[in-house]
Amino acid sequence: MSEFVRNIRLWFAPERVRDEGGTPDYRFSLANERTFLAWLRTALALIGGGFAVDQFLPDLRWAWRVGLALALLAAGVLCSLRAVNHWVRCERAMRRGEDLPASRFPALLSVVVAVVAVAMVLVVLVRGEG
Amino acid sequence: MSAGEAGAGRDPGLQPERTRLAWRRTTLSAAVATVLAVRAALHGGASAAGIVLCALCCGLCLAFLRVAHLRIHALAAGTPPPALAPRHATAAVLCAVAMAVCAAVLVV
Repeated sequence: MSEFVRNIRLWFAPERVRDEGGTPDYRFSLANERTFLAWLRTALALIGGGFAVDQFLPDLRWAWRVGLALALLAAGVLCSLRAVNHWVRCERAMRRGEDLPASRFPALLSVVVAVVAVAMVLVVLVRGEG
Repeated sequence: MSAGEAGAGRDPGLQPERTRLAWRRTTLSAAVATVLAVRAALHGGASAAGIVLCALCCGLCLAFLRVAHLRIHALAAGTPPPALAPRHATAAVLCAVAMAVCAAVLVV
């Protein structure tokens, strides 16, 4: 947990990332930055999906509509926070010459997206019959 | 390596250009999310809260554009380009998070 708090401090303190180790090849830094941006796009897409569920499924029951939208929005928030955290961790690992950090997050996100997709299928089927 | 140095320090992998385009794609994603937010806020009559949230989302989108603009300029400025500042990364992420909060308020 203290590691996590230290990472959060690093988000706001650019000079402290440079305290440790040596500057890596700028191409690696840029690749890390592009990975960060790809995760940020994923987060923005999830947020857009939250809006879309709310907007384009108007005759869904309120609880389902809001529940699905909030699940997608929460996934978007988690995804964006994780994007910056992972970026800081990778940047620091590269500076120290350590292995890049392993992460369970991609698996977690896939499971959440799969669950939301199954929920959507159920919702569409139930509406088709009802 | 020598080929890259011969081309006036140009990176043969075009890393800065690819990074610039990644920022551009991300601003487009933010714009799409903002359009959906505006539609959600103003759909079915504009309430005062809807207009405030709509303006907030547009402001967040502009803030994100600003961060991307600064970064794209920094990338173009020198070779090798400077690394992304954590402050900018955090600002970009906070824009996305704030947009999600606006969305949650709109949805509920």
